[in-house]
Amino acid sequence: MTLLQEKWRAYRTPGYYTKYDYAWRLIVDLDSCTGCGACVVACQAENNLPIVGERAFQEKRDMKWLRIERYWEGEYPDIKMRFLPMMCQHCNQAPCETVCPVAATYHNQDGLNVQVYNRCVGTRSCAAYCPYEVRYFNWFSASWEAPLEQQLNPEVSIREKGVMEKCTFCIQRIRQAKDEAKDEGRRVQEGDFTTACAQSCPSKALHFGDANDPLSAVSQLAKNPRAYQVLSELNTEPSVTYLARGKAAESAS
Amino acid sequence: MNRVGNQTPNEAPPKLADVNRDVIRTLTETTPLYWWTFGIAVMVAVLCFTLPWAYQLVTGIGVAGMNRPVIWGSYISCFIFWIGLSHSGTLLSAVLHITGSQWRKAIYRSAEAMTLFSLVVAVIFVLVHVGRPWFVYWTIPYPNQRELWPNFRSPLLFDVTAITTYMTASATFLFVGSIPDFAAARDGTIGWRHSMYRVLSLGWRGTQKEWKHLGWAYTFFAVLVIPLAVSVHSIVSWDLALSIVPGFHQTIFAPYFVVGAIYSGTAGIVTVMYFLRKYYHLERYILPSHFDKLGRLLLVLSLLWTYINIVELTTGWFSHHSFELEFIDYRLTGAWAPIYWSMIAFCAVLPLSLISSRVRTNLHVMLVLSIFINAGMLFERFIIITTSLPRKYLPNTWADYAPTWVEYSIMLGSLAIFVTLFLIFVKIVPSMSIYEVKEELLHNAKHQQEHKP
Repeated sequence: MTLLQEKWRAYRTPGYYTKYDYAWRLIVDLDSCTGCGACVVACQAENNLPIVGERAFQEKRDMKWLRIERYWEGEYPDIKMRFLPMMCQHCNQAPCETVCPVAATYHNQDGLNVQVYNRCVGTRSCAAYCPYEVRYFNWFSASWEAPLEQQLNPEVSIREKGVMEKCTFCIQRIRQAKDEAKDEGRRVQEGDFTTACAQSCPSKALHFGDANDPLSAVSQLAKNPRAYQVLSELNTEPSVTYLARGKAAESAS
Repeated sequence: MNRVGNQTPNEAPPKLADVNRDVIRTLTETTPLYWWTFGIAVMVAVLCFTLPWAYQLVTGIGVAGMNRPVIWGSYISCFIFWIGLSHSGTLLSAVLHITGSQWRKAIYRSAEAMTLFSLVVAVIFVLVHVGRPWFVYWTIPYPNQRELWPNFRSPLLFDVTAITTYMTASATFLFVGSIPDFAAARDGTIGWRHSMYRVLSLGWRGTQKEWKHLGWAYTFFAVLVIPLAVSVHSIVSWDLALSIVPGFHQTIFAPYFVVGAIYSGTAGIVTVMYFLRKYYHLERYILPSHFDKLGRLLLVLSLLWTYINIVELTTGWFSHHSFELEFIDYRLTGAWAPIYWSMIAFCAVLPLSLISSRVRTNLHVMLVLSIFINAGMLFERFIIITTSLPRKYLPNTWADYAPTWVEYSIMLGSLAIFVTLFLIFVKIVPSMSIYEVKEELLHNAKHQQEHKP
């Protein structure tokens, strides 16, 4: 019976991997987040996100792999604003992965939820299934007016119209770090690299690292009693952990 | 014999030779009205479907009104609607064949054609919906040179498989049942039509052995098609139900969609029958009693459909899950509430009038009712998509959706495609089964003799 259960569990786990080489995690400390939006801009620059313009924003067709959701609490003048940076949660039980008919999105050996742009047919079912709304569809082909095309990141491909895209945890940086580590015959260590958003955060609210390394910052922070996951009741097992605002921060704001 | 009677009292039953002549006449004689309708249908299909679609292909799917939470829109609604409309034709024909109902014989050919053409239109909507339709063949499971299989866990893949199977089975069912009629048409026509029917009739001579094989083959396909029809719409419902979106993620969805599909399909048959009877002067074959029987079926289906709708809302409401409550609130009172309540009026309230046999045998009323039911069913599919997706989990992303002119135009154009295909069909395939109508006439004649005092 146990064997059967194990097999069933292995079958239910997305992808071929039951054990991942690395377990990339992002920790968002809401105590430190000021909602400045530096991470949003950094992400935009790093990942060649198109500038869609005001009209597309109003039509809810913005392209921000990382967005800062704002929630208000209370009535004016006694009003409080909450920030919730929201990016792809790289769920380990991802609804988007099961639904893609062509397996354009799947779990890779690092436990990342990856999107293969060239394989995408554009059914948009992954975005319909995603409870976090972090998948962005290319409604039109993006273009950059000269000289803006000069600033595109050569490590990241440009997506054509009809293709779904989302936060990759800066997979180009992960690849580069892994290549360099392989040349030196070691594993990727803490501090080798970080994602664009974590790098640019002025208040150090974002922490990126490998949870398979018990000494990494993310492994330590995940034990924090403030740690929680957004919509954890849906059992998607996200890779992004949030640290709730503590009492001190509450009274200060 | 029931109160309505099997024949209209003032017309004698047709003779066997009349049947051949009447049906083959529908193939060879083309009225100006036909050409006008055909021309208009083709023109609407080109203007309202092909051109906007080309515009969408060149510019990007952003010309439709979808946005981030409402990432699916009217195209998926129309896809589900046309799959639903396809349902009754073959299913009804197969069920009635197995149960040996006599009255199916005049209508089943056009019902099966309706199935096939609705499926074609549904598949066209898949192409319209996806972002890169030129790669849509990647979803088809077959060993390929890319050495990549599709994702077998995906309900969309189940869908592709189920629809392909259903389409193949219904087309075969339709073809097998038409072979003797192709032969009759071959014998009754000259020129290019004769050559065409010679090929289509597969050398049918009407020997005892051939009839026996045909009977077996036909019953085999009838038995095969029934579970297929049920499975197809269950699987279409799984496209939605296997997600975790409030409003989609419901166990009732499979039976709900199957019932809805049969409901809209039966209403579709009533519409098609009305026009066939009127414009092909088939008053002697398609009788008010047939409408009466379909009316009874519609009444039962409407009650079932209403019941499932109540279950859908109450289970969500009883769960007291905040997201479920939010979605129910949006559905009943939100941006699309007028469409929701019209759906309830068209599909749950109006069909209650079918309880009266005067309504069921009044063909004009039946036509109006059947069109209202299908409008309501289109609304239903639209409501399912556009009131669930705008209220997903993160309130920050909530947004409304409104279709653009491209979507409305493509919707209208798809109807024109359906009409065009049907008009081509009625000129190529005998739209009423010659041999089975003859069988029924013989049976009735024998019956009356036996009951002579």
